[in-house]
Amino acid sequence: MSQQITIHDPRGYPPKVVGKRLAPRLSALDGKTIYLVDCLFDNSDVFMDQLRQWFGDHLPAVDIRTIRPKETWSDDEQMRKTIASDGDAAILGVGL
Amino acid sequence: MGMPNLRQAYTPHPVVDQSAANLRAYVDGADAISGRPFMQEVLEGLTAPLDEADIQGLSFERTTPRLLAPDTEDNLERVFEDNRWTDCLPIVLPTEARVEAMLKGTSHSPDTIVGRLRPTVFREAWEFTVEKVAVNAVMAGARPEYFPVILALAASGITARSSSTTSFAAITVVNGPIRNEIKMNSGIGAMGPYNHANATIGRAYGLLSQNLQGGSVPGDTYMGSSGNWYAYTAVLPEAEERSPWQPLHVQKGFKPSESIATVFFGGWYTHAGYGPRATWKEKMRHALAAVEQYSPPLFVMDPIVARGFVNLGFETKEKLIDWCAENALLTAREYWDNQSIQLLRPKAVAGIEPYASRLKANPDDVITIYEPSDINIVVAGGETQGAWKMISGALRATVSIDKWR
Repeated sequence: MSQQITIHDPRGYPPKVVGKRLAPRLSALDGKTIYLVDCLFDNSDVFMDQLRQWFGDHLPAVDIRTIRPKETWSDDEQMRKTIASDGDAAILGVGL
Repeated sequence: MGMPNLRQAYTPHPVVDQSAANLRAYVDGADAISGRPFMQEVLEGLTAPLDEADIQGLSFERTTPRLLAPDTEDNLERVFEDNRWTDCLPIVLPTEARVEAMLKGTSHSPDTIVGRLRPTVFREAWEFTVEKVAVNAVMAGARPEYFPVILALAASGITARSSSTTSFAAITVVNGPIRNEIKMNSGIGAMGPYNHANATIGRAYGLLSQNLQGGSVPGDTYMGSSGNWYAYTAVLPEAEERSPWQPLHVQKGFKPSESIATVFFGGWYTHAGYGPRATWKEKMRHALAAVEQYSPPLFVMDPIVARGFVNLGFETKEKLIDWCAENALLTAREYWDNQSIQLLRPKAVAGIEPYASRLKANPDDVITIYEPSDINIVVAGGETQGAWKMISGALRATVSIDKWR
């Protein structure tokens, strides 16, 4: 059993990682509009509501709006356009 | 993702089933990874200035080698186990000679791209070649003559190692001439460990899924809470010659002479029954009401059962499927209280039928929970018992096996 053998690697090929620039950060939050993106995972609406309430309690000058994609597991282009046009930042709730 | 310092904040697990008060405690508490206050991570994520790495992003190539460094069999077996490249059962080591022999099972060249797989829709998809599929087929103990079926499953785009927290498994039905050519078993013990082709094709589908998609490691690339026994192997040929009905692939528009693999996503539940006996309607209604409604039923019926239903006037599968769809009933309250059904709510709100009508129903209204197109029937079994199984299984893909010969 000490004889050496050569065998194949069973793994597939991962895609190339392509660098992406982060969106500009905000210098302050007061007066800004922040979207909470509810990904529609189980109970995520309840969590996002608690996050919204936290902002109301601690940073009431921030305009917090909850938004949802039109369908679970899909990239909602219209939702992204709304955030880009009407918002200053977004917090994405990711389930997995 | 190309963003080395992506701003992230982590709650504890789970979010599912937690009360509003508990979730508020998550918000007020510590980040589950950094240990710093969760909201401090959130606020800094929104406001902390970008540095050069944030602006540049990070690009790099990744790959995996064709061959591993030479070593002893014992050590290599340990390498596979330690890297979680197995299903925790012993595997056949994929030597160059064994992989070469497997490749003789197809006319396609080893470097042909077969497809891409990923554990969930949120994760990156990995790509793979015919040779990489052959490696995993060898590991499963499959024979070269099974290889076109295994390639078809690999090309389906449906992973047999879904990371869903709900613990899906992939269940495959094989139709057409290939069943007999490779001596699959649709008779006694068709769903059990009694046939080399049935067993190793299903195992190969699982192994190739986890290895070619970039892993299926609990807590990392696998989050299924309870896991699923069907995930070890679940491949079934239909007993076309002993069925009084059209085979599944012909129902879906293929010719009887074509060899087709149909992939179902499910394995959450298995109900069982016999007959059809005098009270079959009540039995079936109870079973249909007891399913996990997000995952529709795939029936596996022994030929005795199928012939029994024909004698009751169900000359076609479609006729019985229609009856099942009409009799799969719940109150709207029960239907919409289901955790997974929440995933369908946006469709209902958007006015998409039949979900919109189900949402408009009053809570105590009884509604149908499936369309006929959701339900499938295959015939298999050894006719030692008039038994049927109702297995969770949503049809996700029908793929040509002949294309991969």
